[in-house]
Amino acid sequence: MEIQHNQLKRCDVINIKGRIDSATAPKFAEVANDIVEAGRFRIVFDMDGVDFISSAGLRVLIGTQKICKRYNRGEVVLANVPATIMASLELAGFTPLFKIFNDAVAAVGNF
Amino acid sequence: MMPSPQLAIFKGEFVWMQTVIFPGRYDSLAKIAELVQKASQEFGLDPLAAYGVETAVDEACSNIIEHAYGGEGKGEIEFNYRIEGESLIIKLQDTGKGFNPRKVPKPKINVPLKQRQENGLGLYFMHQWMDEINYETTGKTNVLTLIKRKG
Repeated sequence: MEIQHNQLKRCDVINIKGRIDSATAPKFAEVANDIVEAGRFRIVFDMDGVDFISSAGLRVLIGTQKICKRYNRGEVVLANVPATIMASLELAGFTPLFKIFNDAVAAVGNF
Repeated sequence: MMPSPQLAIFKGEFVWMQTVIFPGRYDSLAKIAELVQKASQEFGLDPLAAYGVETAVDEACSNIIEHAYGGEGKGEIEFNYRIEGESLIIKLQDTGKGFNPRKVPKPKINVPLKQRQENGLGLYFMHQWMDEINYETTGKTNVLTLIKRKG
């Protein structure tokens, strides 16, 4: 898994390539934690390069969303979600909990 | 290089079968996923169904490492798959602590964010993505069988 983090003016963008499973989810959690600990709560998760996400990765998503949405200070939004992963998000009941955008530009524009 | 599947006789029929033993570590998950993708392809699953099987096996193996063995590097996972007519049958064996799948609570899916639990999706995914799941403990070995049917 490769993870990239870009801090923009209005939000932070996380870009991951590869698999998010129990082996790699801790790295994802670390990057997300660093962002919220810096007091930044508006996050775009660009999933364009994600091949696979297990419940370990979904735990990071939901945990980060809870922190960001507290006090209405921000939120995590998703962009470029592959069809297979979208099916997984639907099964997990995640689709009502995240705004989902077709591309990263639209997701960044949300903030 | 992964070993190739072997033609074997199972219940009087010729079937393609392969067994590989992986160390019970999280970095085995990507290698197991490769093997699952190959099995799904041989079986002829569409990409969505194949993704589902990959998820079910990943969750099962993560559970073995985390719950049965109580951490990484404590034991092995024996992975076996066979294609039997219209069924892809994946068998995972470990020698860790057994569990009763009926005692695992179902996650609450349709609840607001604040009430949403962060755990419990693994077994739920296995049930959702596979057609049949069997779990049994024989002696010191736990055997989880995941079955995907065509169509």
